[in-house]
Amino acid sequence: MSAPANTGPVSTEDARIAPKPALRRFHQARWDEPLLFELGTPGTRGVAVPAPEVPLDDSLPEALRRREAPGLPEMSQLHVLRHYLRLSQENLGVDLNIDVGQGTCTMKYSPKVNDRFVRDHRISELHPLQDESTVQGVLEVMHHLEKMLAEISGMDRVSLQPGAGSAAIYTNIAMIRAYFASRGELEQRDEVITTIFSHPSNAACAKTAGFKVITLYPDKDGYPDIEALKAAVGPRTAALMITNPEDTGIFNSRIAEFVDIVHEAGGLCAYDQANANGILGITRARAAGFDMCHFNLHKTFSTPHACGGPAAGASGVSEKLVPFLPRPTVEFDGTRYHLDDDRPESVGKIRPFYGVVPNLVRAYAWIMSLGAEGLREVAEIAVLNNNYLMKKILEIRGVSAPYAEGKRRIEQVRYSWEELGRDTGVHSEEIGVRAADFGTHYWTSHHPYVVPEPMTLEPTESYSRQDLDEYAAILAEVAREAYEDPETVRTAPHNSTIHQVRHETLDDPKTWAVTWRAYRRKILGQ
Amino acid sequence: MVNPVAGLGGRVGLKGSDGPDVQARARELGAVPRASERASAALAELAARVGAPVVLTAAGPMGEDAARAAGLEPDVRYTPDGSATTAADTVAAARALAPDVDLLLFAGGDGTARDVLDAVGSSVPVLGVPTGVKMHSAVFGVGPRAAGEVAARVATTRAFTEAEVMDLDEDAVRSGRVSARLYGHLLVPDAPVRVQQRKVGSSAADPYAVGGIAAELAGRVGGGRLVLGPGGTTRAIAAALGVDVPVMGVNVLRGGRFVAADVNAAELARIVEADPAGTWIAVTPIGGQGFLLGRGNQQIAPEVLRAVGPDRLLAVATEAKLAALGGRPLLLDTGDPDLDRALAGYRTVITGRGRTARYPVQGA
Repeated sequence: MSAPANTGPVSTEDARIAPKPALRRFHQARWDEPLLFELGTPGTRGVAVPAPEVPLDDSLPEALRRREAPGLPEMSQLHVLRHYLRLSQENLGVDLNIDVGQGTCTMKYSPKVNDRFVRDHRISELHPLQDESTVQGVLEVMHHLEKMLAEISGMDRVSLQPGAGSAAIYTNIAMIRAYFASRGELEQRDEVITTIFSHPSNAACAKTAGFKVITLYPDKDGYPDIEALKAAVGPRTAALMITNPEDTGIFNSRIAEFVDIVHEAGGLCAYDQANANGILGITRARAAGFDMCHFNLHKTFSTPHACGGPAAGASGVSEKLVPFLPRPTVEFDGTRYHLDDDRPESVGKIRPFYGVVPNLVRAYAWIMSLGAEGLREVAEIAVLNNNYLMKKILEIRGVSAPYAEGKRRIEQVRYSWEELGRDTGVHSEEIGVRAADFGTHYWTSHHPYVVPEPMTLEPTESYSRQDLDEYAAILAEVAREAYEDPETVRTAPHNSTIHQVRHETLDDPKTWAVTWRAYRRKILGQ
Repeated sequence: MVNPVAGLGGRVGLKGSDGPDVQARARELGAVPRASERASAALAELAARVGAPVVLTAAGPMGEDAARAAGLEPDVRYTPDGSATTAADTVAAARALAPDVDLLLFAGGDGTARDVLDAVGSSVPVLGVPTGVKMHSAVFGVGPRAAGEVAARVATTRAFTEAEVMDLDEDAVRSGRVSARLYGHLLVPDAPVRVQQRKVGSSAADPYAVGGIAAELAGRVGGGRLVLGPGGTTRAIAAALGVDVPVMGVNVLRGGRFVAADVNAAELARIVEADPAGTWIAVTPIGGQGFLLGRGNQQIAPEVLRAVGPDRLLAVATEAKLAALGGRPLLLDTGDPDLDRALAGYRTVITGRGRTARYPVQGA
């Protein structure tokens, strides 16, 4: 590896003090930490639970009593604390690095103050089965959040029940199905149209709900092919489910025409607003004529991603779809808030109870702290950041931004290292992994995998110009290495807890193990 | 094995290097051979990954020079007669090397790939180092070093797949007409295991996508006859339907069984004539150009297409294959311009179970 650029000569007196490198050199901890379940020692206790004052034997129903003790590890509090602190040193999480490399995920800063609200006993000690007269405060928060999301999207009502973005997309297709069933058109309308660079959850949810899926591809200019849409719509069209901007960061400026074409054929239009971070306060789903939309509160509205959940989604609908919203809805009669469960045309429940309340509180707090002007500023900075970063990235040898070349992007870009890969044999994934030696990374969320050697960056509004400069400089350095010293890139990471992760076991349902039980069965053969 | 003259015509705008006349003309125009240098880069990559590979090769510019330039000590097994090597030398060298190697690494273009196909068929796995002008075949690494990397994987992973050998008619191209043919299939190392490669690249390598297409086709065709055009995707579909079809050619299936294998145009016309309304035709775009009809599947003649009708002509492709066209339309060249026009427009392409695309199709 060559010396960093600013490592100039130093005098002999100062030679003991190494100069700071041009780029940060990151070294992860390695604790060889076993799994929690492997750490338990029989007889150890974290908390000495006092014996009940009265025998519980008769007061618990038979069906609720355990026949044997749960298989939990027996550990002291200190051992538990140490275990998780060690694990925390072995990762490269969102609060540790310039986390712009998880494009489509909108990894923005989750303000820590919002967690104070969530941890307040007035939220943390609520129970979903409490009488609604005792939870007026949280119902008020939900009611206000619904009103704000309705304003942001232009929709009439919003359900906060979905547990994530894909759950909200599923909620939308479930409402589409219920709507056509109520009109006696469901048998006839069995097709859903989407685009190849819309989030694949749209196609997946439509399939799950029993529809056939028609996919449109980009035209020669890189935009969704409107002529293909005209050829695809007809009496069988139930809906258009489309992301805009698409996961390439390209905004389809003819989106209102798309909606008109589908409406003329009698179909509904659902707007996947997972990529809304660049359009908050600038345009609304309603402005393009959509009948419904969804937001990811864990992306656009700052709530944490929480390692795959729980997240929060929100489904917004126009007046004619309101009867089909999940139940219950939160209503206000002028004095009291209440839950309306008497909704005969509702699609029912998308998840238990009312939604992921802590995330609703965080999103509410975030929106309230910014106000309408602040939301628009979020979008403007996110777009500026993205296009600033794109300019810097495209100066690096071997990278391109396929589709609609030369055009700006909204809030993310799906780049391609195809040229670098052809020149050097180094793959995109290896570049992202090598970046970990410099204290950042990008990962490979680029479904569907149709752009060669993809890299999707989404800088959001959270990162400063210095952050973006550092990130671009790291990629430039790794690209230089790929051309001059590809072995260093290929054998990366060099300073991480685990050297190289083999994908095969993670990709194969027969070997992946995401629980202790699955690990014992599949890996240990127990 | 290096075809020393591969790629000669490229930089001087001759659209190819097939035949001694074109090669002489290329040299007159100042062409410099690059094949050996690129082969050497691939070998260096291979050596860097597997230590000291045993290299069998042909003498001088046919491989020996490239191996030595990569710091390897090759075992020369074939020596050409004259100084100017020919296609016959390529064939002879390939035959001399094939019996004793784990992988036949050849540097050349589509013409060389055809010679290798003629020489060894699928008796040994091969991989192309791209040095030619035309590389429509799916048997090449994406670059010299990438070829070296894929070759190195053979040391540990013996997984192979069949890939198409295509070639353009160079004279036709020089006169302004693009015409490609499917010549057959070679056995090449399966795509690398890294995520991006598996998802992009060859459609036939994705069993989930192909299985979905097969299920959708089976549902549509029911008890009818299915005329299946050639191609990696359609061959994998046939396998998913339980039929092992020949490497090349047009096959007719019904209910998971052969009705007829590798039919010519006349045979196909006779079979279809019996019940055109109970016949479906499934074709997949072949090669990088997006030809749906008229390249590699000319057996499916205009009369047959007319008899079966446009509604039962089914295009099939994985999403990755369609996306790789970058918005370019699928092409038709049935030999009947009226039919091409009738079949053109936005057509349904089956991409999975319950999943289709609407994709532009036009006459070539």
